[in-house]
Amino acid sequence: MSDATITPPREFLKPPVTEVGVLGWLHSNLFNNWYNSLLTILVLLALWQVVPPFFSWTFIDSVWNTPAEVCRDIDGACWSIIPKNISFILFGFFPDGQQWRPGLAMVLLVGLVVFSADRKRWKKSLGVYWLINLVVMGTLMYGGVFGMPVVETSQWSGLPLTFMLSLFGMVAAYPFGVFLALGRRSKMPAIKTLCVIYIEMIRGVPLISLLFMSSVMFPLFLPEGVTINTVLRAQLAIILFTAAYIAEVVRGGLQAMPRGQFEAADSLGLNYNQTMRLIILPQALKIVIPPSLGILLSAFKDTSLVVIISLYDVLKTTKVTLSNPKWTGYSTEAYIFLAVLYFVCCYAMSSYSRRLEKELHTGR
Amino acid sequence: MKLSRLTVLVMILSLLAAGIAFAGKDLDAVQKKGFIQAGVNGGVFGFGMPDEKGVWKGLDVDTARAIAVAIFGDASKVKFTPLTAQQRFTALQSGEIDVLTRNATRTLSRDTQLGLNFVTVNYYDGQGFLVPNKLGIKSAKELGGATVCVLPGTTTEQNAADFFRSNNLDWKPVVIESTTELAKTFFAGRCDVLTSDASQLAGTRAVAPNPKDYSILPEIISKEPLAPAVRHGDDQFRDIVDFAVLAMINAEEMGITSKNVDEKLKSTDPMVQRFLGVVAGNGAALGLDEKWAYNIIKQVGNYGEVFERNVGVNTTLGIERGLNALWTNGGLMYSPPFK
Repeated sequence: MSDATITPPREFLKPPVTEVGVLGWLHSNLFNNWYNSLLTILVLLALWQVVPPFFSWTFIDSVWNTPAEVCRDIDGACWSIIPKNISFILFGFFPDGQQWRPGLAMVLLVGLVVFSADRKRWKKSLGVYWLINLVVMGTLMYGGVFGMPVVETSQWSGLPLTFMLSLFGMVAAYPFGVFLALGRRSKMPAIKTLCVIYIEMIRGVPLISLLFMSSVMFPLFLPEGVTINTVLRAQLAIILFTAAYIAEVVRGGLQAMPRGQFEAADSLGLNYNQTMRLIILPQALKIVIPPSLGILLSAFKDTSLVVIISLYDVLKTTKVTLSNPKWTGYSTEAYIFLAVLYFVCCYAMSSYSRRLEKELHTGR
Repeated sequence: MKLSRLTVLVMILSLLAAGIAFAGKDLDAVQKKGFIQAGVNGGVFGFGMPDEKGVWKGLDVDTARAIAVAIFGDASKVKFTPLTAQQRFTALQSGEIDVLTRNATRTLSRDTQLGLNFVTVNYYDGQGFLVPNKLGIKSAKELGGATVCVLPGTTTEQNAADFFRSNNLDWKPVVIESTTELAKTFFAGRCDVLTSDASQLAGTRAVAPNPKDYSILPEIISKEPLAPAVRHGDDQFRDIVDFAVLAMINAEEMGITSKNVDEKLKSTDPMVQRFLGVVAGNGAALGLDEKWAYNIIKQVGNYGEVFERNVGVNTTLGIERGLNALWTNGGLMYSPPFK
């Protein structure tokens, strides 16, 4: 009966195919009970209804660079609206043949922004680069030297205008906002009241009404013949608006500073300026990086509101292109293009903010 | 105490406002700066809109160019400020622009209360209806119960409401903000009728998937005389703007075009000689160069040419002359004698 002791090697049964691999994953995640199965099937059906038609509209039946007339006879997307109008959409009224100037200025600007993104380069020299770059950009845009004809600010439009309004809006609004935040926490009643009134007043009205004030009301209060540049007026409105929001965010950071930090500074004999500059602000501003970038992000998108005061930012130039009867029917394509453009910029900003947050995280 | 301060403030402001409305010498200011600043519409094809290269095109734009030619003898001495409907009159009142050529309807209240002077009409527009042929509607009176696509805010919506009420018809307005979306909605069949200014309807029909399926009803339910405007206070400047428009109309009536204007200089007709400045007088009377009218025709063209180039039957808009034909052809375009 020795045979009986020899048991055949135990067969390792594989788990059923429905429990491992793709099928297993499907089973445990999508079809694990009757209502999830039902939902999965419904979603799949919906996707089947939407995705293939969208795909063929976007890529298969579409045309990419044809005259408008061709678009009338096709079922797909007419992407031709973008290449055929690209110079107006991107650069607006900037004279034909001079458009390399705003183009180059944009490349310089984006290049420097990317360059500045690395914290290792945050030194005095970076400020100098910015100064030089601004002068070069200003010269490129305005012209008047090196045989470049003068292009007045009223002709600055399209993407450069969007970038300019938002970038200078952010750069100027940030320090202004920090001062407002400090002012609001000041012990001097006059300064404090002024700052509170300013912040609450600006935060109490929508940006669109500020822009309207700057473009419709404000000129009436100036003596005749004195006009302030429209672009400058819009820029000021955007700066004033963004600053009020920045101020509140920064104030939050200041409030998060423990008393001990102030007392330590006092005991070292630092005066108010030194305390703020060396101890409080560096820490407070670090805390508020994520919300600040949130505000800057929305400021970037808000610049498109200048449409209502007839500044030709990139949204307005697209709209104007669409009012040409030749292209009127293709607003979907044009707006998708714009959405992609805005998404790229905003996504870059927000992923940078996440990186910065991670790098600066010191456990506090 | 507070009240009196407020009063003072109000007085100062009203003084300022008065100063703005009635300061003269616009012409001096224009001549000194060397160009004319014209307020135009930034987004109406055929009237005032930049093309693919950012060059301004349109009937209103060409009118502004004619004014620049009259004053400076050079059609490029004009700068364009695109304006929204809300901004346009303030911009003129505040001196941001010198002349408004932005398809503005002349009305009594605008001409008086806003401190503006409208000059000769450069386009007679009116509100109409666009319907799909398959509805079989031949007159606007049959539109009872219709859903109507209309732009918000402007007089268009109000005119439509007035029309339906006065004819005891039911209607359902579908209000859509932008012209392009309005057209899309209409062609998608969400409303039975689209109402807008007749000049716009032609353009809208032109972009239909199949333009032959739509027609414009014969009824025009409002009067929209579109005219350039200047502010009160400088009558000489107003005259120049007025006669710059009239010169284009007069030239068409005399059969003078940008092509034959040089031949016409040799004409023996005393009216033509006076008009083109061969016989002096008109220029001096307006304070302009004697060649001003010649220059307008040479550089910009007569009214018929400008019309056909921007909105006429051979353009995308394809608008017939209609009310905008010369009075000799059954239209309303009529110029006083140039003498």
